[in-house]
Amino acid sequence: MNVLPCGDQAFLVEAGDTATVLGLYAALADPRPDGVTDLVPAAETLLVRFDPARIDPGALVQRIARTEPATEAGTAGTRGGELVTIPVVYDGQDLADVAERTGLAIRDVISVHTAAEYTVAFAGFAPGFGYLTGLDPRLRLPRLETSRTRVPAGSVAIAGDYSGVYPRTSPGGWRLLGRTGIALWDTGRTVPALLRPGVRVRFTAVAGEA
Amino acid sequence: MKLEVLRPGPLTTVQDLGRPGLGALGVSRSGAADERSLKLANRLVGNHEGAACLEVTFGGLALKARLATWIAVTGAVCSLRRNGRAEGMNAHLRVEPGDEIVLDPPSAGLRSYLAVRGGIGVAPELGSRSTDLLSGIGPSAVAAGDLLPVGRDIAGPLPAIDVAPVAAPSRAPLTVRVRLGPRADWFTPDALRTFTEAEYVVTPHSNRVGVRLDGPPLARARTGELVSEGMVPGAVQVPPSGKPVLFLADHPVTGGYPVIGVVLARDLPVAGQAAPGQAVSFRAVS
Repeated sequence: MNVLPCGDQAFLVEAGDTATVLGLYAALADPRPDGVTDLVPAAETLLVRFDPARIDPGALVQRIARTEPATEAGTAGTRGGELVTIPVVYDGQDLADVAERTGLAIRDVISVHTAAEYTVAFAGFAPGFGYLTGLDPRLRLPRLETSRTRVPAGSVAIAGDYSGVYPRTSPGGWRLLGRTGIALWDTGRTVPALLRPGVRVRFTAVAGEA
Repeated sequence: MKLEVLRPGPLTTVQDLGRPGLGALGVSRSGAADERSLKLANRLVGNHEGAACLEVTFGGLALKARLATWIAVTGAVCSLRRNGRAEGMNAHLRVEPGDEIVLDPPSAGLRSYLAVRGGIGVAPELGSRSTDLLSGIGPSAVAAGDLLPVGRDIAGPLPAIDVAPVAAPSRAPLTVRVRLGPRADWFTPDALRTFTEAEYVVTPHSNRVGVRLDGPPLARARTGELVSEGMVPGAVQVPPSGKPVLFLADHPVTGGYPVIGVVLARDLPVAGQAAPGQAVSFRAVS
């Protein structure tokens, strides 16, 4: 594990892979060490922001180096995490195209997408947008060559190794499989994001309005 | 107990110290681009230092007081008038109901902070009243006709000092200190030298997300894509054009272009006052 300085109030920890990032995040997130002000997991790194008035940077590096990434059941960051089921109407604009490019029938695209269990690896792009790992390799396609200027809120999509759900209407370049009516982001809730790092996700196909 | 907005100027937003600690949900801290000036404005009117103020970008704000209170203006140097009469910055100023307060475009710096005793009392979202222009969280930008409520975020009596001695933002070329990395190894030795020796110019495409700079492009030592990673305010990200972008308060939580260096936290308020056309250079420190 490599710890790189990122200015004078953060370290970027190179964990190598998403599972280790999530494990490290889980081990440091609850509770955060005193003086650690934010943790930002990403695909291969964990950003650790801190207040140098409250924690000595050298002591923090040692603390990070000593931290065992959490594994398996019972920790927030791994397979023991909360399970969220998202009902999806599979009528996305790119569904037929995804079927053609993957050589699958449309109903098989749906069954492959709903068969997997996903884990939120990290958030980004927009508040409440979770990058979901666990996508079946048969559905791995690059992003659209040209992004759409408007993707409706609730769109369920795939790109590269990830699946995701657009929390609000925004531009976007992922391939749209369907839509859900579930609120992914609501600042009126105690925890505004439905999809937080470590949360497990399943999609189920439903007819008509999701 | 309100402030009526007659004219907002090019961009006026409500800002406090933002929403720290929510990066894992995809939420940036946001908050004042120049925290030092925001805290000073609050202290001058006896508020808690993190009370919500108006962040006035390039002046142009006109307000009408609908209450008797105290205000203070800090940050970018602009002429401040009450009912047409010049008043001083960096000092508390008594206003009466019906008084008109006008901030002209600044002669130095970019963002002025107007504090009112009690703070701007708009409803908080996720624990902060800051407008995050990238994520859309927090109140909308201030518009003509808005009636801004005044809150109760008071720490104590008005301070005894009349005028706070501060180093005002300058129009002269700025120097900010950076620590190289975390991705300095993505750049050629020449690019690292250029980055820390050349002068860059702030372009008009700059905003609260980042200061976009023009100047000698910074060449990469390696090809390929960086996997997206967490970003901080002060990070100097280099997109494929080679022209650096210095992230400010509303920066994206993660980014996929390599960060050549990060501005020290103490110098971030200076970066937050960098105005279009102004020269900026980076000095490497260890």
